[in-house]
Amino acid sequence: MRYFRKEKIIELFLQWTASLSIVIVICIFVFIFKEAVPFAKHPGLGELFSTRWMPTSPQKESFGLVPLVTGSFVVTVLAMLLTIPFGVGAAVYISELAAPVEREILKPFIEVLAGIPSVVIGFFGLMVLVPFVKSCFGLATGLTAFSGAVLLALMAIPTVTSISEDSLRSVPRSYKEASLALGASRLRTIWRVTVPAALPGIMAAVMLGTGRVIGETMAVMMVTGNAAIITFWPFDSVRTMTATIAAEMGEVAFGSDHYRALFCVGVVLLLATFGLNVAAQKVLSRYRMG
Amino acid sequence: MVTWKNNGLSETKIHVSNLDFYYGITQALFDITMDIPSQRVTALIGPSGCGKSTFLRALNRMNDIIDGTRITGHVLIDDEDIYGSSADVVRLRKRVGMVFQKSNPFPKSLFDNVAYGPRTHGIKNHKQLSEIVERSLRRAALWDEVKDRLSVSAMDLSGGQQQRLCIARALAIEPEILLMDEPASALDPKATAKIEDLIDQLSDDYTIVIVTHNMQQAARVSDVTAFFYEGHLIEMGQTEQIFTKPQQKGTEDYITGRFG
Repeated sequence: MRYFRKEKIIELFLQWTASLSIVIVICIFVFIFKEAVPFAKHPGLGELFSTRWMPTSPQKESFGLVPLVTGSFVVTVLAMLLTIPFGVGAAVYISELAAPVEREILKPFIEVLAGIPSVVIGFFGLMVLVPFVKSCFGLATGLTAFSGAVLLALMAIPTVTSISEDSLRSVPRSYKEASLALGASRLRTIWRVTVPAALPGIMAAVMLGTGRVIGETMAVMMVTGNAAIITFWPFDSVRTMTATIAAEMGEVAFGSDHYRALFCVGVVLLLATFGLNVAAQKVLSRYRMG
Repeated sequence: MVTWKNNGLSETKIHVSNLDFYYGITQALFDITMDIPSQRVTALIGPSGCGKSTFLRALNRMNDIIDGTRITGHVLIDDEDIYGSSADVVRLRKRVGMVFQKSNPFPKSLFDNVAYGPRTHGIKNHKQLSEIVERSLRRAALWDEVKDRLSVSAMDLSGGQQQRLCIARALAIEPEILLMDEPASALDPKATAKIEDLIDQLSDDYTIVIVTHNMQQAARVSDVTAFFYEGHLIEMGQTEQIFTKPQQKGTEDYITGRFG
């Protein structure tokens, strides 16, 4: 009887820890929305769709999220265009082609890259990448969306690589053997059998990488120039949603329109990452084998 | 060392001489010499870890994909050394099909499973592929059960059907030799009987080498039986002789169930 009670208590505790994440997600949604909602009354939701973000203009304040959303969009898309080939390519090499010795060397380096704080990567970007981009492409400034995308790719590649690699390695050896025994080359086996079988995991890796890229703040703020203009050109300066919140939250007056507008930016970010997660789940369940 | 010469049963398809095999520093096969007859079923029997599967995989160089393995000696298929310097592994594996212990269809449709081999070897024409798929499934005695649902996933088939699908997939590249590594060990008696019938039919056209744990199965399906023990070929002969008048004490002990 005593054992039974003890087990029950432990079970309850574990159940509580597992449920905690649900509570936290709900709390975050509630509090972010609570701060953002009054913006709908004044100055009104329509204001968010204007094309200028000038929250401190002495003439007329303007809280258009469009330049911030396009800024985040451009940086994210560029970063993923760089991340997917490099991240998945590295995963394929490490899991399928590398000799054991190479794997022993490569894996720790990728893990180290994953652990570098984003501020440090931002420093590296400011000192090395930004001047390089400036001189290489003959620009007025190297503080561009492209620079931010490169840094974000550096941060997302380790995530995408290690999750993709796990997924590739969990493809049953029997599939590969079947393919090889039919006379397929190693590359054909990888391309036609191993990668398709690992696709759900690779998709999930890419979605998670994208999530990290959208949410990343520090490094992007340091190298993208933070100009709130609407552009889709990689070599313009942009201002992302995350950088806006980080840069302005400290100086804003509590309860002001500007304060509410920043929470609106937070809501958009939250919905974007939420949507991404839902999409990842959908992809996973559609491609699930069996 | 035992050397079994193929005394007029039929032509020799595979001639193995002085084969040694190592996993790292562990030697797994010792000086194997044997002739495998053409268009007959040769069964490899012996207790777990005796090297019979390793030997089977040496015949289509599937051991190559395991790191740290080494092989010496010769394996001649139609007088061509498959470990020779000019040997082409892709061509070899097209001639020597393989069916594995655990059925391993790809997580693709039935059609794509069977068409995988022909596509690998360059056939793109859909009509031609359809013909190959139908012919292969017929030969594997699966066609009537699946002809209306070639687009469903192979994972939806029963275990016995999956194994016959794997046989069809192996047949689709029109091999001359079929290696089977305990093809029925994971199946129920009914599905096993189907596979055995199939082996019997296929032996008219193919040289079959089958590894089996199941003594009755070896006796039922094979023409020639080779007994392996601890990496050595102990005895090889016509199946009837091996099971009724074994020459070696070890063989007799094993087939009468004294160990293994």
